[in-house]
Amino acid sequence: MALLTVTDLRTSFHTRSGVYRAVDGVSFSVERGETLGIVGESGSGKSVTCYSIMGLVPQPPGRIESGTALFDGVDLLHCTPAQSRAIRGKRVAMIFQDPMTSLNPYLRVSDQLIEPLLIHENISRPDALRRGLEALEAVGINDAAHRINLYPHEFSGGMRQRVMIAMALITKPELLIADEPTTALDVTVQAQILELIKKMQRDLGMAVIFITHDLGVVSGLCDHVQVMYAGRIVERADVRTLFYSPRHPYTRALQKSIPALQPKGAELYTIAGMPPDLSKPPLGCPFAPRCEFALEKCVQTPVQLREVAPGHAHACLRAQQGELQIEQTAHGR
Amino acid sequence: MPEPILQLTDVKTHFPIAHGFLFKRHVGTVRAVDGVTLSVARGEVLGLVGESGCGKSTLARTILQLVPTTAGTVVLEGKNLTAGSADEVLAARRNLQMVFQDPYASLNPRMTVFDTLAEPLRVHAVCPAAEIPARVAELMQLVGLAPRFMQKYPHEFSGGQRQRIAIARALALQPKIIIADEPVSALDVSIQAQILNLLAELCRKMNLSLIFIAHDLSVVKHISDRVAVMYLGKIVELGPALDVIERPQHPYTRALVSAIPTPNPDVERSRQRIVLPGDPPSPINPPAGCNFHPRCPFAIEKCKAAEPPLIAADATRTVRCIRLGEI
Repeated sequence: MALLTVTDLRTSFHTRSGVYRAVDGVSFSVERGETLGIVGESGSGKSVTCYSIMGLVPQPPGRIESGTALFDGVDLLHCTPAQSRAIRGKRVAMIFQDPMTSLNPYLRVSDQLIEPLLIHENISRPDALRRGLEALEAVGINDAAHRINLYPHEFSGGMRQRVMIAMALITKPELLIADEPTTALDVTVQAQILELIKKMQRDLGMAVIFITHDLGVVSGLCDHVQVMYAGRIVERADVRTLFYSPRHPYTRALQKSIPALQPKGAELYTIAGMPPDLSKPPLGCPFAPRCEFALEKCVQTPVQLREVAPGHAHACLRAQQGELQIEQTAHGR
Repeated sequence: MPEPILQLTDVKTHFPIAHGFLFKRHVGTVRAVDGVTLSVARGEVLGLVGESGCGKSTLARTILQLVPTTAGTVVLEGKNLTAGSADEVLAARRNLQMVFQDPYASLNPRMTVFDTLAEPLRVHAVCPAAEIPARVAELMQLVGLAPRFMQKYPHEFSGGQRQRIAIARALALQPKIIIADEPVSALDVSIQAQILNLLAELCRKMNLSLIFIAHDLSVVKHISDRVAVMYLGKIVELGPALDVIERPQHPYTRALVSAIPTPNPDVERSRQRIVLPGDPPSPINPPAGCNFHPRCPFAIEKCKAAEPPLIAADATRTVRCIRLGEI
């Protein structure tokens, strides 16, 4: 059985200017030890999906309208606070984009680092500190015995993200949710952190949900990828299928707009128009107004995510009906 | 090579660190830019890359004379800006404009697009007041914005559109050089492509020189003619964009290139990645000798002794490494 199964999750934000459907019917599952990448641009709902699972959506204005998120048999969206406390921070951990704002500037690293242990495990403070020290060493912080007593501002950005990872992994979680953990970092530091996440995943055998907008990061790290647009999953596949034979026009458009995949100096492909207003969900495909292949029926007919091959699902009506062949990317080997 | 429009010679920008309240003691110096020699030709796109804190933004500010230069000269079209009077610098800035990273912070939220674009025209008295609206409309069209949005405020635009306004503002005075400091880092991939296309097209059309500062090497490779790689205030490698990024020679450039994740799973999973240990050292107290040696996988005893000069690797490329050719 899958470790986490999310079914028909709908999260919306009720604001003065209307109801914004940030997540609009998202279903997916994560197996033990697997790495799932969630890709999308700002406002596509990739972060809100994970915040909903973790119970971090502020309510109000947010509201989880429907759905279930079964983690090892417990529905995280409808369980008692006590059940959720026993899971969050212990069996499911999360790291965030900006390590400066997610660490408490008033507390020593040691205090924040061992807090999950003191809460979740019946452990004495000296023992917890010993475990904290080991955790810092495991994430590659030199001179950990000295550094553990410092405050977050005394660390660089990459070091802070290491502290965050150490803190998230100190209870040996089964699932780690990483929300753009390297976006605020330099490429060389990003490379260090990605290697670290891979290593910790191997050591602990945990599953990882990796949220990012960077297709490059996904290609090296993830087993499966799902692409989100306007609060929905538009395509899901294993990483090779998604990169080498995408079926949804949005996935292909995203790839074509990355300079790294284009010959130097060639004009980059751009997606015309803007993402739709989430307060007015369209009847048909949300990408249709910007899609170069869209027909009248794309705008009129509701479209579902449908499996077209084992493990490969997409939500493009024309491709599902066999009318659309998107050219293969030439990079596959 | 065509005559350079901008020439920097051994430019240094140091910031003193003072301690104490009444009696300030000089306790150290941040060597943000430490001896940069660089030239930009007319119509050329020069990419400037490096990690945060390597001095690329300070270098941009030094060229614009927004921070005082400690040593060296910045010569724009034969005029030495470092020795010029305030009036001369102001006049030179007409030819030297800047686009900043965050279009949410760089536009005044209380000024309409018209006000924002008309201000430089008024300050520099470019055209008679009656012609300003026509000129503003022209600028908006140039960057792909409909002139009917002239009376709107920045908050009514998306990130990409705001960056277009910022570019239009930089173009208002018909400058010869634009310095763009991470102009696409804050934007989504699909919007980033639009802005990159726009910048490339403008350079071609108006024969503009562009200094493009970024940390994303794939973006820099795409848009630049030449690339300069900076580390701790110094240029460590300079050469044609494709050469530098596809066949990097300096160990730091190699590490930087190998750190970029490629959006191609087979390639990404099979390649060898150089992961640099640690963080860049502090520019207050840079390491002796080659300042990259503590993190360099190829460092030998000799690297700690003396600072390496920029060595010509071939006709177009210079590299600051004494082991050039050996590694």
